[in-house]
Amino acid sequence: MSVELDVFVGNTTIMDEEVYQLWLDGYTVNDAVKVRMEGGVMDECEASKDVLLSDTMDQYRTFQMCERLLHSPAKLANQLLFQIPPHRQIMLIERYYAFDDTFVREVLGKKLSKGTKKDLDDISAKTSVTLKSCRRQFDNFKRVFKVVEELKGPLVENIRQHFLLSDKLARDYAAIVFFANNRFETGKRKLQYLSFQDFAFCAGQLISNWTVGAVDNMVEDMDEHAFQTLPSLRGKTKVFIEMEGSFKNLSRGLINIAAKLTNTKDVRDFFIDLVEKFIEPCRSDRWSAADMKLYLTHYTNSAHILDTFKHQVVWDRYMGVVKSCIFKMYHD
Amino acid sequence: MPGKLKAKIVAGRHLPVMDRASDLTDAFVEVKFGNTTFKTDVCPKSLNPQWNSEWFKFEVDDEDLQDEPLQITVLDHDTYSANDAIGKVYIDIDPLLYSEAASVISGWFPIYDTIHGIRGEINVIVKVELFNDLNRFRQSSCGVKFFCTTCIPQCYRATLVHGFVEELVVNEDPEYQWIDRIRTPRASNEARQRLISLMSGELQRKIGLKVLEMGGNAVVGYLQCFDLEGESGLVVRAIGTACTLDKLSSGSAPNTNTHMHPNTAPASNACNSPSKDGKEPVFVEDLPSSSGPPTPFRALPTSSSPPPFSPSKPCSRQSSSSDTDLSLTPKTEEPHSVRCRPGIFLCPSSPILSTDTLSLPGSGSVGCGRGSNPRATTSAPLSSIQSDSALLRKSVSFTEDLLLAASGMGSGGSAGKEAGPLRTLLRQQTQTALEQREFPFFTLTSFPPGFLLHVGGVVSARSVKLLDRIHNPDEPETRDAWWEEIRQEIKSHARALGCHAVVGYSESTSICEEVCILSASGTAAILNPRYMREGCLDIGCTDHRFEEPSPPNCGFCHIPYDELNMPFPAQLTYCYHCRRQKVPDVLFTTIDLPSEAAVAGKGCLIQARLCRLKKKAQGEANATAISNLLPFMEYELHTQLMNKLKLRSMNALFGLHIQISVGENMLLGLASATGVYLTALPAPGGIQIAGKTPGDLSSEHISSIQKRINDTIAVNKELYQINPPELAEEGVGSPIPEPRHRSRLFRSHSESSDELSELDLSHGKKDAFVLEIDDTDAVEDIHSLLIDAPPPTGFYSCNTENMPGISNWTSGVQMFTSVRVLRLSNANLTNQGLNKIFTDLCENLLKSFYFKLRSMIPCCLCHLNFTVAVPEEELIQVTVTAVAMTYDKEQTQEKTAEKPVNKGSLEAEEQLQFPLELCADSSSSNIQTASKISGVGESTNMSPRAASVDYGSFADRCSTWLELLRLKAHTIRRGSVKTSRRTQSLAHSVSSLERCSPLQEGRSRSLRSSRSFGGSSVTVVKMTPLSFLPGTRIIKYLGIINMFFIRETTSLREEGGVSGFLHSFIAEVFAMVRAHVAALGGNAVVSYSMKECVFMENPNKNQAQCLINVSGDAVICISETDQESSASTANTGQTGGSETDGAT
Repeated sequence: MSVELDVFVGNTTIMDEEVYQLWLDGYTVNDAVKVRMEGGVMDECEASKDVLLSDTMDQYRTFQMCERLLHSPAKLANQLLFQIPPHRQIMLIERYYAFDDTFVREVLGKKLSKGTKKDLDDISAKTSVTLKSCRRQFDNFKRVFKVVEELKGPLVENIRQHFLLSDKLARDYAAIVFFANNRFETGKRKLQYLSFQDFAFCAGQLISNWTVGAVDNMVEDMDEHAFQTLPSLRGKTKVFIEMEGSFKNLSRGLINIAAKLTNTKDVRDFFIDLVEKFIEPCRSDRWSAADMKLYLTHYTNSAHILDTFKHQVVWDRYMGVVKSCIFKMYHD
Repeated sequence: MPGKLKAKIVAGRHLPVMDRASDLTDAFVEVKFGNTTFKTDVCPKSLNPQWNSEWFKFEVDDEDLQDEPLQITVLDHDTYSANDAIGKVYIDIDPLLYSEAASVISGWFPIYDTIHGIRGEINVIVKVELFNDLNRFRQSSCGVKFFCTTCIPQCYRATLVHGFVEELVVNEDPEYQWIDRIRTPRASNEARQRLISLMSGELQRKIGLKVLEMGGNAVVGYLQCFDLEGESGLVVRAIGTACTLDKLSSGSAPNTNTHMHPNTAPASNACNSPSKDGKEPVFVEDLPSSSGPPTPFRALPTSSSPPPFSPSKPCSRQSSSSDTDLSLTPKTEEPHSVRCRPGIFLCPSSPILSTDTLSLPGSGSVGCGRGSNPRATTSAPLSSIQSDSALLRKSVSFTEDLLLAASGMGSGGSAGKEAGPLRTLLRQQTQTALEQREFPFFTLTSFPPGFLLHVGGVVSARSVKLLDRIHNPDEPETRDAWWEEIRQEIKSHARALGCHAVVGYSESTSICEEVCILSASGTAAILNPRYMREGCLDIGCTDHRFEEPSPPNCGFCHIPYDELNMPFPAQLTYCYHCRRQKVPDVLFTTIDLPSEAAVAGKGCLIQARLCRLKKKAQGEANATAISNLLPFMEYELHTQLMNKLKLRSMNALFGLHIQISVGENMLLGLASATGVYLTALPAPGGIQIAGKTPGDLSSEHISSIQKRINDTIAVNKELYQINPPELAEEGVGSPIPEPRHRSRLFRSHSESSDELSELDLSHGKKDAFVLEIDDTDAVEDIHSLLIDAPPPTGFYSCNTENMPGISNWTSGVQMFTSVRVLRLSNANLTNQGLNKIFTDLCENLLKSFYFKLRSMIPCCLCHLNFTVAVPEEELIQVTVTAVAMTYDKEQTQEKTAEKPVNKGSLEAEEQLQFPLELCADSSSSNIQTASKISGVGESTNMSPRAASVDYGSFADRCSTWLELLRLKAHTIRRGSVKTSRRTQSLAHSVSSLERCSPLQEGRSRSLRSSRSFGGSSVTVVKMTPLSFLPGTRIIKYLGIINMFFIRETTSLREEGGVSGFLHSFIAEVFAMVRAHVAALGGNAVVSYSMKECVFMENPNKNQAQCLINVSGDAVICISETDQESSASTANTGQTGGSETDGAT
């Protein structure tokens, strides 16, 4: 005697957030049942294991059927198959597109290609995120990337509108897409101490200040003209660097980074350069974050004192971003 | 040529990719009605095509309009090969055929393919221009409203309940035709879907004709079923209750009949025109279709009702005069009735038998002017006849001769004002009419207060038949004869119970190979004749004096049969409420708990489950084996029910539904009902265990079982809060000698022959509540009795419309369908083992529901409808549809006091006639008793029944207040309709604007996204198997939803196995129902039911097929609390939908 078929369909689709999370996390039905049993849900309503199993299977099926819709969240709102209250729809989308910081840290800056996808099992082993969940997250990145790739307009806004994500999540996705597109180097040992959120913050800074009029998303389109003027600064700022004397090296580092930004290939090393040329020296000098702040603020402002310095605007734009990136990245 | 159907194809969205190369689709649409087909242009390379077609116009007969669905096929254009079908949409245009329902069907419909399921959506607009048809001999019945709801629909008022209508049509099943061998599964499925759609249309039209003949304008409690008889054909049959309904529109004050239908308005005229009354009845024997000039009396053209048995046939009449008159036609001799009796039939007049008044908007108000003040006509006191009629009512049920004599006597023995004698006559004639109506059956399960006088008990009949090929589909005589036979049996059972009517009537079949079990059941009852004739409500006041004043909250429990001449052994006591009449100790019924009934505590679902193995056999032998098993099954089910009822310390069952399903090697029986403690009935005794014998059962064992039982009873009493008011014993009458276990279940079985056998289900001499343990089986039985786990805290369950004891619903509603199929292992199973498996299956299902719905606590599962089937040899399938509703726990503590249960109060406003009338009649006589018993007093909410002693002033106050409210609501509604139209057109312009602007433009995109999640762009459609939605008022019925779908797959594994397949199919069915309702402009489906869910699988071939039939009433409902805002939101919701639709 066995249950051959067992379904439960509500007019309003019934979804348990806890089971949804288990499904997203890539648990199998049996594992999910175990987790739920340990969670004490059995005590409610005098449920037995069979009841729990049947319920979990139902929900998993529902989620699988919904998954197709979640791939283009706009459809979820006007599809007819499932009657889901709007707040639930938001929850479904938000959770489906949520990701593990540890996982995303691994793929950040990598090409979202099939090759990377093949390596997901390694990442899964390393981050102890289930392979199923890794695949979902990776596919999400790829899907978002593909959609916004061809769109014009502000990146974050595009993502928010097409995937109906919250502002926070849309910003994170913008960062991921930005990194993937520019292939920033993030995997070096020296950068390992940085979390995804550090990078996301920097990406946000870069996107809003360095992309063309903050309208276009890609660094290729970074305001090259502006940065081309930077090398010409070099000579003039020499005086100013000498003024600051002891900070010569640091200063030179920053200027060099700026100069490199004109070259797409070198842009990839932006973060590693920041760490190597600035953060590490400071750290070895045991600067506190406050010292750092003080230095950078004065350093930026001192450029204004130079009468000969003609590129105040560009300088501010450059230093503003570098300053906030360094603040964010300057920790252990 | 009385109709023009117009359809416009607007757009599609989410279409599937049909061209792999381009990942796009070149879609176009074929629109077909009857034999006419139109095509749209091809919209190349788009998954969201915009066709914006012209209006396709079909000029068709209204007969076709009723029968045919509009068929929309979406195809992918292929230059070189045949065009690929993407899917279809069938639109039933019936709702557009009566003026009060929807005026346009417009919205997104899922494109459905029987192999692939839903594949995208299509936006369609459909309109109908109906021309006036004065042809009397037409075959259409446009304008007759259909309701699945088994009570008087909320925004209507029944002026007249005509009675039973039935019809069946048969055809060959396309699946079994030779051509099926060579066509694709898709073609075969579509042929079947289309045929069934056609057949249900035809059936509905034919029933409509019968209703028109009877003078009614609506069918309530419409129940349509399919019998898939395999080789021998396909039967679609339907039953219903014909009524004359008046819409309670906003303008009409509830207590004056301003909005009376012209057909019924002249009621009082009839009484005042003695020349045309029933004194000189004209007996007409089956006249041929009359084509002569309209005469006051005319027999119905029999040719217009094809089936040989139509109960309505003899009592219909046409008249062209606006005057009203009585039609008295004799009963024609029926092949099966033994007696040929001259009958007097009273039926409503129909000025002109045409639909003009119904199909033309606005004409409904013609009758307004005739509104008469009821109190003017109702003042004729006729107390002198009171005793006569009381006597009459009793004797009537038994002897027809006496009845006829009595009706003569009635006309003579009247006194009083001019209308007096006639009214008396009318009344008795109605009685007679009811009596002599071929089948005095009512498919309704709940009634306006005062309608139901007494309830006798459940009557049921079953018969086992061998199916044979239906040779001539146009004359389905055998099937008709079978049902006729069963109905006759039901009727005679009811008569034996001293009742003249059967309420809560339903029919069902179970088919396995060539054996078919036909079942019918209902509740024998005596009805208040007031409602059987015209103008009843005007003269209700005086009329009441004919009746013995039986208090509403216990009257229906009083026995209708003669105490000395009881149809079965019963234990009678005096009613615990009024102490005047006898009541039985237990009451079983198939109806809902009357809203006025006094109950103690809460109700609960009680189920009896049974499996019986049977040998495999063929043909006659098989039928014999089954019919031999049936009585034993019924007996056992009944015993189980009785024991479980006692175990819960309750004394009445409502909504009893017994289903017996036949499989190749077993029979399954499932009886479901809602148990309740009626305070009018005596308290149930406990259950005693008597150990009779076997040495291995020690007395300790017995006493331990006894203890368990007693404990369970105590626990249940606590659980269901059964604390009946303690009554002094003095007044209780002496029980009838020979106290016995009584059964109110009348049942008989018959084979293919006409052999009828009756079985008394009583336990012989055994005392009612003693269970004997004489073998291990008995022990098992008792264990299984105790196995039923009570629902977890916070849950209640019932299978009726109202949950006894809970009335304060909050707005949480979750309708669901669940299907479970169990495969039995090959091991040789015993009956006991099977029973256990079956019981566990049902119990586990319930447990699953409780668990899944735990977030809704406190909540109640209502209308739990279990259906069992044996689809294959070793499979048991259980399908459940129910609704979970949340309620306010705080208020329930004081619940019983507020008698007008949910619907009662809900409808009180709409059907104000009833309560007002009732309070007028009964206020003087039983207001004290009522308040004493139920503790209502002048309590709480303005329950008109309890609170108003001063009838006049109250009614005035009430009416003006209501009038005001209605007027307000009306204007609001009208206003909002206008706005909705405007916004709609606006939305369209927006959409077209957007369409021409390229997607890249940031502006249009931001415009689109700005509304991204503002609200759900799809109209939320609530569904419920009940006739109401808590916290809302139904303001409009948009028409019946009756849909049939087939889904098949040849890639079962890929679709997630059988569960995945069925899960998505059921979800798709829900989606299609919702889409149709939304397109009609509705926001809810009430009285929803899944009639059929036939599932077949062949896992080896990776195939499965499923057929689902659903039905319900599409409605617009608005929140009760704030009418204005919700009315407008309902509309904005819709426009919001169209706006986004346009934008996509």
